[in-house]
Amino acid sequence: MELGFLLGSVVKIVAVLGWLYGLLQVMAHASRWVKIAGIVIAFGIIQIAFSLRIGNQAILNDFDAGLLFQACTMAMVALGLNLIYGFNGQFSLGQWGFYGLGAYAAAYVTYKWFNDRTSSALFVLLIGVVLAGLVILGLRRFLGRYYNLPVLSAFTLYLIGSAAAAAVAVFAGNGIASIVDPLFGTKEAPGLLSSDVALQVVFLLAVICAGIFAAEVSFLFGLPVLSLGSDYFGIATLGFSIVINTLMVNSDTILPFPEMKGGRGMIGIPKLTTWFWVFAFLLLVIVIMRNVIHSSVGRAILSVREDETAAKAMGIDVAGNKLLAFVIGSLFAGLGGGIYAHYIGFLSPGTFSFLAGFNPLIVVVFGGLGSMTGTLAASFGWMFFLEGLLRVLLGQLGTEAPTWRFVLYPIALLLLMLLRPQGLLGKTEWGFLRAPQVKPRPPANPTSDARPAASIAPAAR
Amino acid sequence: MANPIGNGTATSTDRPILDIQKLNKFFGGLRAVNDFNLTIKPGELVGLIGPNGAGKTTVFNLITGIYAPSSGDIHFLGQSIAGLEPFEITQRGIARTFQNIRLFPNLTVLDNVRIAYHFHAGYGLFDAILRNPRFYAQEKELTERAQDFLAIFKLDRVQNELAVNLPYGEQRRVEIARALASNPRLLLLDEPAAGMNPNEILNLMELIRFIRERFNLTILLIEHQMRVVMGICEWITVMDFGEVIARGTPKEIQNNERVIEAYLGRGTAHVA
Repeated sequence: MELGFLLGSVVKIVAVLGWLYGLLQVMAHASRWVKIAGIVIAFGIIQIAFSLRIGNQAILNDFDAGLLFQACTMAMVALGLNLIYGFNGQFSLGQWGFYGLGAYAAAYVTYKWFNDRTSSALFVLLIGVVLAGLVILGLRRFLGRYYNLPVLSAFTLYLIGSAAAAAVAVFAGNGIASIVDPLFGTKEAPGLLSSDVALQVVFLLAVICAGIFAAEVSFLFGLPVLSLGSDYFGIATLGFSIVINTLMVNSDTILPFPEMKGGRGMIGIPKLTTWFWVFAFLLLVIVIMRNVIHSSVGRAILSVREDETAAKAMGIDVAGNKLLAFVIGSLFAGLGGGIYAHYIGFLSPGTFSFLAGFNPLIVVVFGGLGSMTGTLAASFGWMFFLEGLLRVLLGQLGTEAPTWRFVLYPIALLLLMLLRPQGLLGKTEWGFLRAPQVKPRPPANPTSDARPAASIAPAAR
Repeated sequence: MANPIGNGTATSTDRPILDIQKLNKFFGGLRAVNDFNLTIKPGELVGLIGPNGAGKTTVFNLITGIYAPSSGDIHFLGQSIAGLEPFEITQRGIARTFQNIRLFPNLTVLDNVRIAYHFHAGYGLFDAILRNPRFYAQEKELTERAQDFLAIFKLDRVQNELAVNLPYGEQRRVEIARALASNPRLLLLDEPAAGMNPNEILNLMELIRFIRERFNLTILLIEHQMRVVMGICEWITVMDFGEVIARGTPKEIQNNERVIEAYLGRGTAHVA
């Protein structure tokens, strides 16, 4: 049994990484139809593996499904962190806080909808993120005309604007909800909004709004804090994680959310996350990440990591690009949080403690800073190997033995730092994530450019 | 003794491209730059020289916005640029190179140059995420322009190399190519010949003359290699202890007593 389990687990790890490789390869295919077919097949393979049985065992049982779902949410957070730390060079320990923020925000919306049969939370969050987004974008355009506005002054304006947007959202959201809520109907005669389709739509909206909410909070937080150097920024974001965690623990006492039940944990979140949604959101995050990195915007983000002074001298808005990377990374974390909450169905502040916040950092470092493929592979490897295989194996030794994992992680990390400091995959990117190759231009036709160039040819070495 | 530049030259009727008036910079109690004045007319090639610690690089950092002036004003193309952010000044048309080469070491040569095009890339974040036709068109044009640039500087064969792997002389040329890619009107070169052998210096002088004509540039350069300064500069400003001690043509500067004194000391000035 143990040997069989061991063998099965190793096969699963290899199979999942192979699946990831295949997915990224097929996404790089030139033909659009092959791409779509490949993505559908990649989705289908896993979907079938959930239900297909060998003997009385599913190929991917519920435990494996849990690992897979958590690996995907981890991949979203870690990709965001890699954008901030690996590509932009800003050391952030706050991504776990944004992950928690996204999880609680999305969970609260569907909880109110599903259990309390009210749409107030949905409309408040929806109107809030849209208004705050408009206020932030509008203010940014407006303030851009006034140079030399100190960061803290700008921050105060943004904060006032966002607070006003939130106040309007609470007022308007509750107003709309009181008009819409009768559509829920009664228990005996369910109305339009009680249908499953409505719940799915609400779930989708909740996750997206939670992601945008996390992104907007990260904008407000990052604006003053990103002007600090990278190390100080790390400390400040660690502080952010602790603030969020404290608010979670006391959400029923100092915040007006009794449904979150503070330190006891929020129960009763509808488990709406299916493999389809996990896959769709992971794909969305991967595509956004890759499209940003391999563009002029991505190069600007990279230049900030490479040399801030030179980037400024090249006309790059260093502060703006730091903020951009931070906001996109936090958007990913918020989306991941929303997905996670509806998979697990139970949110406890312990999950979002700042110690657990080092997990995405470890994943990013394992996979390689500045390697998207590395982050993805490390997320899956991390979950299946350390949380899956090792946990069960150690569990055979005794009930408390799995705690040894927390000794083994750091040792593994230390060994990696010593043996392969660039991460497991270094700079390798698979298929879709690879940078487009630029071929050297054919020798220019003998125009006026060519002749003077000859005179500045380097001396023969 | 110090001849103000511009009197009686052919370009004297042009509006100055760069006009620095009474510029001061203090670091605590230290006067790094003291009442510095400099006027550069379009198309001129001006040298800024002086002993180590005279404040030359500080002047560069003030012009490019890395430091904000303590007092005084800097006008570029008739508009005040004092106190602007460095990236805004670059976007208005001042590019620079650095005393110690500052490339983006872990990016390819091509990406180094493409980054300089970023602010006129012609597409934004949402075009990039959606990969719309505008993105593809602009990205293609941007890449081709960068490649043309590399070809001019004979760097096209190393375009996919990481910048950190290039030899020193080529890194210098990448840095100059990158600065020019931001499409400047005024180019500031901070000790471009530092660490070069005589052969490379000859190539560099040729290169500076070439880019000046090819891109219709105005150039201000800091240099210690007197061969370079005397060989290509039309006007020279000499600084010592944060102050301008002389201005003039290379010939005038060579015979200027205060300059000789600043470089060699008082005693030897009489001997010379």
